[in-house]
Amino acid sequence: MSLPLLLILLMILLAVGGYGIAAARQPGGSRRVYGATLVICVILLLLALARLLAGQGVQTLILPFGLPWLGAYFQLDALSAFFLVVVNLGGAIASLFALGYGQHERSPERVLPFFPAFLAGMNLVLVAGDAFSFLFAWEFMSISSWALVMAHHQESANARAGYLYLVMAFFGTLTLLLAFGLLAGADGGYTFGAMRAHVVSPGLAALVLVLALLGAGSKAGVVPLHVWLPLAHPAAPSHVSALMSGVMTKVAVYGFIRIVFDLLGEPVAWWWGGVVLALGGVTALLGVLYALMQHDLKRLLAYHTVENIGIIFIGLGLALAFQANLMYASAALALTAALFHVLNHSLFKSLLFLGSGAVLTATGERDMEHLGGLIRPMPWTALAFLIGAAAISALPPLNGFVSEWLTFQAILISPELPQWMLKFLVPAVGALLALSAALAATCFVKAFGITFLGRPRSPVAAQARETDLYSLTAMFILAGLCLLAGILPGLVVDGLSAAVGQLNGSALLPVQRSQPWLTLVPVTDVKSTYNGLLMLLFIGVSGFTAAWLIHRLASGRVRRGPAWDCGFPEPSPMTQYTAGSFAQPIRRVFGSILFQARERVVMPPPGDLRPARLEVEIHDPIWERGYVPVVNAVVAVSSRFNYLQYLTIRRYLGLVFGALVVLLLGMVLWR
Amino acid sequence: MALMADYLVQGCQMALMLLLAPLLTGWIRWVKARLLRRRGPSILQPYRDLLKLLRKEVVLADSASWLFRVAPYLIFSALWVGASLVPTFASGLPFSWAADLIAIVALLGTARFFLALAGLDVGTSFGGIGSSREMMIASLAEPAMLMMVFTLSLLAGTTELSSVARFMSTADVGLRVSLALSLLALIMVAIAENARIPVDNPATHLELTMVHEAMVLEYSGRHLALIELSSSLKLLLYFSLIGCIFAPWGMATAGSTPGAYLYGTAIYMAKLALGGFLLALFETSIAKMRVFRVDEFLGAALMLGLLGALLLFVSRGL
Amino acid sequence: MRGLAFDIAHFLAGGMVLVSFMLLYQDRVYALLNIFALHALVLALAVGWQAHTQEAPHLYITAAVALIFKAIVIPVVLRRIVQQLGIHRTLEVVGGVGRDMLAGTGLVALSILVMLPVTQGADPLAREDLAFALAVVLLGLLLMVNRHNAISLVIGFMSLENGLILAAAGARGMPLAVEISVAFSILIALIVIGVFLFRIRERFDSVDMQAMDAFREGRRK
Repeated sequence: MSLPLLLILLMILLAVGGYGIAAARQPGGSRRVYGATLVICVILLLLALARLLAGQGVQTLILPFGLPWLGAYFQLDALSAFFLVVVNLGGAIASLFALGYGQHERSPERVLPFFPAFLAGMNLVLVAGDAFSFLFAWEFMSISSWALVMAHHQESANARAGYLYLVMAFFGTLTLLLAFGLLAGADGGYTFGAMRAHVVSPGLAALVLVLALLGAGSKAGVVPLHVWLPLAHPAAPSHVSALMSGVMTKVAVYGFIRIVFDLLGEPVAWWWGGVVLALGGVTALLGVLYALMQHDLKRLLAYHTVENIGIIFIGLGLALAFQANLMYASAALALTAALFHVLNHSLFKSLLFLGSGAVLTATGERDMEHLGGLIRPMPWTALAFLIGAAAISALPPLNGFVSEWLTFQAILISPELPQWMLKFLVPAVGALLALSAALAATCFVKAFGITFLGRPRSPVAAQARETDLYSLTAMFILAGLCLLAGILPGLVVDGLSAAVGQLNGSALLPVQRSQPWLTLVPVTDVKSTYNGLLMLLFIGVSGFTAAWLIHRLASGRVRRGPAWDCGFPEPSPMTQYTAGSFAQPIRRVFGSILFQARERVVMPPPGDLRPARLEVEIHDPIWERGYVPVVNAVVAVSSRFNYLQYLTIRRYLGLVFGALVVLLLGMVLWR
Repeated sequence: MALMADYLVQGCQMALMLLLAPLLTGWIRWVKARLLRRRGPSILQPYRDLLKLLRKEVVLADSASWLFRVAPYLIFSALWVGASLVPTFASGLPFSWAADLIAIVALLGTARFFLALAGLDVGTSFGGIGSSREMMIASLAEPAMLMMVFTLSLLAGTTELSSVARFMSTADVGLRVSLALSLLALIMVAIAENARIPVDNPATHLELTMVHEAMVLEYSGRHLALIELSSSLKLLLYFSLIGCIFAPWGMATAGSTPGAYLYGTAIYMAKLALGGFLLALFETSIAKMRVFRVDEFLGAALMLGLLGALLLFVSRGL
Repeated sequence: MRGLAFDIAHFLAGGMVLVSFMLLYQDRVYALLNIFALHALVLALAVGWQAHTQEAPHLYITAAVALIFKAIVIPVVLRRIVQQLGIHRTLEVVGGVGRDMLAGTGLVALSILVMLPVTQGADPLAREDLAFALAVVLLGLLLMVNRHNAISLVIGFMSLENGLILAAAGARGMPLAVEISVAFSILIALIVIGVFLFRIRERFDSVDMQAMDAFREGRRK
């Protein structure tokens, strides 16, 4: 019942995109377009929620267009329903934000047609039921988001970002095509049902895993395929960045889960989990270390997405390892942790990107070195951003802590795994996870502190004003959801159980709704438990008690004066810490090895009146050692073959003749 | 009825932590003074300092925001809740299942998050020094502590503190290298997190050597009282943690007689006195490290924790 | 041999690994010498405990040799050499202490990965002892390789040898354990003397005793 309705709504969404071409020129056009997408996303969200809570079971639909002998298959099962919830929640909030933000858009004709198309593409990927629909929707999603990235293409950085994005998207689609080809086998059954039935030999199955990791991983942002993410995500308008970082990466995770967990069947070898686990751990640590070196707010957030994708892949890797060893209860825990983090990340990353969009609108600046003190002119944005920053740093009682806690619990039950390599890998990855969680908190103290606290470092920061009501509403809805998911995690886990059960052969966590006081009990209550509601209550009660006692017992007087600053107050706001100086200890400890970070003081000769300069040099090892040689090799090879462009007619005919002779020879020999 | 008694005991624990924290700080200062052949302030001096601060007026910088005023309350409540969840004189109290060791570590992280933000709020360079150094120390200390939590949970089968304490007091534990490594890692982390020598000097007046003190330089009056009480609470939390995990004997279980609770309290205070004495002795005998040796110190703690977890992971398979 | 005896032996062997890590962490020569004395002391205790539980009295001699020679004599001699020859007091670590600690953890993991599957079916105490002993050997090698200073070379070699003695003591009924340890001690003495001679030659451009006699203090020409 809901699948045809869903497809009709997606058609309407595409039509809204078409209308957007005309609406760009009209005065209230952007409001109407975003309002329409808001309504449609909310309806889709409700449909998906209903489907998710209804339990397991698949709906399928076959439409007659598409490939002639195939048609287009669509399916809606619990996994798709969960990701539809994530996508449409993000889409609805981004549309709500854009109702206010879109007014400031310089070139609406480049954004309005493609935004609904992007949303439609993402939704289509999630309901695709055969390889061609999937890849078609995937490409559609990539191209519409590319168009959005190129919306402000006049800046050369954005143009370069778009180009790199296109190349990486092409690479990803190619690997996914190969993966689907291997899954379909020689018979060529391209529907998902046929792929599930087709049994792949272990060697080819390992190859499918690697291809899926490359293809879906490049869209999600797994190291070393993440290089396009920090360039492309910031280049797009802010509500689109929120969608790309918070939602499109989750669609990529869906692709990986669909191929590896669903279509490939039971994991054949234990080392599959080990590879995904190790890759996830490295991604998490590198992502957060890169983020710490940034002073552009949006790039910092984009690199941080890389870290969170790493955490999701750690959970998925653990689940694969457990399933290979037939430990389904533990796999349920790992899968729940990964899917919960999918939801959490979409919530708080979208919130943070929307906050940075608000800052960008108010000040025109993305660079933290020119911001500061924004908490006074923009108090509500600051509060929402603070809640997002606290959530992403995994502070109780918010939601980030719950998914990290679940991931740690999954790591703690892994000594049962029999293989030696896993026995060493899992504690090492646990250490990486702990390290990246601690560094994430540092990163967000820096991001929030330098941007919103302190004194304004430039005139634009001093003259900022609060954003409009739509943006604030959108941000506070997300902040409220972060808090709710943190204090009622049992309800979320119960909601996820249908999706987890589908992937895990129906082994589930105990039902959380019935636990006393709504505690989260992942395994049994003899082992570890967590209760977010009680934590909130405790912290709230002790805070209020302390405040009440203090105000009874203590003097209530407050006097304002200049900052003490150890007796050396400096009027210039340039004496306070900047983003670079805040990160300096971390840069020295971690960056000197990984990024070859060097600080150099350039002193002018005596008598010269110029100031001394402190220069920081950072290298990106993955770009310089991985991509630049490949690019140079490609350029070198193509330059060598450039002469083929300038042959005479006789030579061209000779080439054709030679190719014909070679093929005939081949036929003779092969016979 | 028994439920009401249990809640009452939990409430007593919360009050006890609040009252004991300044006493512990005073005891450590007194022992240090005596070791340095000074008479030193009385053990009850921190209480007098807190009352004095509460009566004073708060002087706020012009550039301080609402976060600066709210932060001390947030820090205090996070640390107080964390300290109340650690079993001290009795294990198995009613809300011990609401939060396990990982949640306690995260609560410490919350307190630190807001303290670092408060340091950045006024917009001075000293606040920045304190915040950035504190977060660097935390980025290494928190993983070391989580590795210790892993090791413990591998042994005890759970991360819930009361169960861990009960497990460690039985004889099943045996004398294990991983426990020694975890104890060493926890002590190193505790020294770093509580701003003790050799990581940071709690009594310094030189701003360039400060980490913790630099973040709270702008606080005065009742806010400063809350912050001082919070750092005493944090020290007490770490002592209680080390005591309940590595020296868990003498703790009453939930539902015992009031006599057992009193006995448990007496043992607990003896443990605190001994621990305070050892800390003062240790602080007096070594010098402070330079700041960029602290990351090697904490990196060693992280490696020891990792090694302990690794050895346990491996010996499960023997 | 479960129970307290096993636990103490396991604890002492693990303690040697811990002290090897402490050796890696030091950046001052005197502290290095003190920690090495601790290393030898723990070795003496471990070998002594093995002598007690295995009822092999010849291991007591090995323990005594380790205690007297390595925990007392060698550190005192090296300390005097450092003072008299004015050797650099701080140790420069190639690549930083952090990297060494990380490498050390990897080496311990490696030695466990190598030893435990190989010794399937043996007594669990012996298996763990062998794994820890290999770890101590590898950590000693790491110490030798990653420092610029000659003293750390000597200390690294000695800690490597301590690991070998631990392995020999842990294997029940291994013959010639005492002889091996005495032979290694003589080797160490030769190395120390070699270092001494090398420095003398550097300083004075000759090792001829007669030529150096002329520089002796208080001698009247």
